Amino acid sequence: MTNASPEHGNAPPEQNQKVGQAPGRVPLAAKGLGPLLLLGVFLVLFVQFGPVGVFRAAFPPIEELTIDRVTFPEAGLVRVHLVNGGPEPVTIAQVQVDEAYWEHSVTPDREVGRLENVEVEIPYPWVDGDPLEISIVSSTGTTFTTEVAVATQSPQVTGRYVATFALLGVYVGVIPVFLGLLWLPFLAGISRRWMDFFLSLTVGLLLYLAVDALEGALELTGQVASAFQGLGLIVIGVTATPLAIHALGRLRSDKGGLTGPVGLATLIAFGIGLHNLGEGLAIGSAYATGEVALGTGLVFGFLLHNTTEGLGIVAPLARSRPSLTTLVILGLVAGIPTIFGTWIGGFSYSPVASVLFLAIGAGAIIQVILVLAQALRSEGHEGFSGALNAAGLVTGLVLMYATGLFVAA
Amino acid sequence: MSEQTQGENRDPPDGNTANRGDTHPISRRRLLRSGVVGAVGLAAGSGALTAARSEGTRSVPGGAGMAHAPELSGVMGDVDPNGFDATSFLKAFDYGEVSTLPDGQVLREYEILATDRDIEVAPGVYFAAWTYNGTVPGPTIRCTEGDRLKVNFVNAGSHPHTIHFHGIHAADMDGVFEVVQPGETFVYEFDAAPVGFHLYHCHSIPLKRHLHKGLYGAFIIDPKDGRPEANEMVMMMNGFDTNFDGDNEVYAVNTVAFHYQKHPIEIEQGELVRLYVGNMTEFDPVNSFHLHGNFFRLYRTGTDLERHEWTDTVMMCQGERAVLEFTYDFPGKYMFHAHQSEFAELGWMGIFDVKPRTVT
Repeated sequence: MTNASPEHGNAPPEQNQKVGQAPGRVPLAAKGLGPLLLLGVFLVLFVQFGPVGVFRAAFPPIEELTIDRVTFPEAGLVRVHLVNGGPEPVTIAQVQVDEAYWEHSVTPDREVGRLENVEVEIPYPWVDGDPLEISIVSSTGTTFTTEVAVATQSPQVTGRYVATFALLGVYVGVIPVFLGLLWLPFLAGISRRWMDFFLSLTVGLLLYLAVDALEGALELTGQVASAFQGLGLIVIGVTATPLAIHALGRLRSDKGGLTGPVGLATLIAFGIGLHNLGEGLAIGSAYATGEVALGTGLVFGFLLHNTTEGLGIVAPLARSRPSLTTLVILGLVAGIPTIFGTWIGGFSYSPVASVLFLAIGAGAIIQVILVLAQALRSEGHEGFSGALNAAGLVTGLVLMYATGLFVAA
Repeated sequence: MSEQTQGENRDPPDGNTANRGDTHPISRRRLLRSGVVGAVGLAAGSGALTAARSEGTRSVPGGAGMAHAPELSGVMGDVDPNGFDATSFLKAFDYGEVSTLPDGQVLREYEILATDRDIEVAPGVYFAAWTYNGTVPGPTIRCTEGDRLKVNFVNAGSHPHTIHFHGIHAADMDGVFEVVQPGETFVYEFDAAPVGFHLYHCHSIPLKRHLHKGLYGAFIIDPKDGRPEANEMVMMMNGFDTNFDGDNEVYAVNTVAFHYQKHPIEIEQGELVRLYVGNMTEFDPVNSFHLHGNFFRLYRTGTDLERHEWTDTVMMCQGERAVLEFTYDFPGKYMFHAHQSEFAELGWMGIFDVKPRTVT
């Protein structure tokens, strides 16, 4: 701009003006910070003299407390974890349990500042297996209510529970994935056309998982304090994760780390791993909140459902000869996060973390889908316009749906 | 009249069944979770899991470990001592400014001012009320049958109000069609009739809101010869919908939840106690009064000096009221409360502390 010739008759006026300025007098940083500085001055003036009164209504402020978690640490004791996600501080005045006012204590303080977390402890003789309703009554008489579907002893961080949750993760995440990996010899023996079919099938599986993770994340946004903007967390997680993985892949591509069949398989395993972390969170919290019930018929469904994940990982490896170590590592990358998920979900469930993890998982899977789709469209491949590949994609989706039916049975 | 569970309030309630039906919609994810544990449970090797779960449940139902649980449900803390005093309200009777008319009739003049005011309905819980003379219930207006009453009403509130007295009077003194706009005044004038325990309340529309916001009070017309000497108290059963969801969050007699549980009403062994109990609860069709360790003589609406019933529980519809008389034979603490356990545990609960008879 500053190079524009002043003799140019058609130059817009502002260009002329800029040319008139001595270049370099105002540093670029100052130009960038200027508006921010003015914003600061404006805010100070606004608070000091501004028409804030206009915005202050005569009615009580809108209060918002979000109950993150209810735990039952021992018989006769209920603990409620909540956060103030609203615009104003909220004072907790009373607590109702099952429509009865009840003794309680609030830590650290009854006045809950914006974005502050507090813990309400209620000595209530809860009944194992019964539902429970807890209402927090604020000083303005506003109530914040949560329903516990089943009151049951909350897991403590003891060796026994740590082992229990690890076992949960192993059964749900690790074993099915490893079972799926065993399809590798089969895949190695089929033709290239059919190989593409199975890669397309993998895309179908992943698409289903991505939508599943997104659905879970969206469902959970209702539990997230509005200040934490659950939807915003999803947008960030879903967008930033593929970009980050992509950047990571390019960074490593010099060393051949994330390119080629093993690189692709690693990406898939990583994406599925993040997805399984989210799954683990849901499982752990469901177990902790007693929302789980035994159903033997569901076992097979779940095994089927998650075994397909292993198939997805080994699909790109069919033509290469990965070492056993590589396979084990891939299986662990995809499966182990389930265990971490169950620990986090079981011991310190937080809707905010869950939404973020699920969104990251969805983002990771989306990245894998993009990479796979690209590979399927590269030279010598038919892409999804090929009938067999299209069939593979749909088969992947239907397979997930069908195995999902077993889970929901 | 339901009378199955005596003293149910001493036992803290275990898992109310009221919410049993409110199950969450079962999402696929939730079912997925169920499947998970099914998977785990099936795996025979998972002894640790089963052990951990049963360890959790075993200690619960017995109650041995419930060292913390309180004896009574109730609120934390106490209301602002500088605010409404429910204890003194019990016996605060407004007999008006008394004079005699030329024909010998007693004239009682009352000043009633409608104002908007935040009141504390439970410790720390404030309700944006509409009040008569700054309190809910409004002042207890008391007079004798046949007196001339003159009530000077000033509407200093933000909405149109009236005072509708229960009783026998001319149509234009009924406080229904003569709506008093904010800043305006009205004089209600009529002869006190009939004998009994009546009500007065706002009759502006929307009626439900004007009532549950707090515009009501007790109106006692004594018989000319009076009733037997007694320790008299007014108890207006009421409720407050603090979150405006059409359901009361707080129940009480005389507004403050659990006030008479925290501050038991002292009476004397052997003394005659007379309660004027009225029901001004909104949203719930009925409320009730139940007395522990005793029975009372019931005079419905107080219009008749013959007792209707000898009982320990009386149910009242919205706007219904009665005069109750009883005497305690034994000293000690006795509860009184709504026999709807829900109301009781949401604040409508009190205690009579019967002091041993003093020797005179």
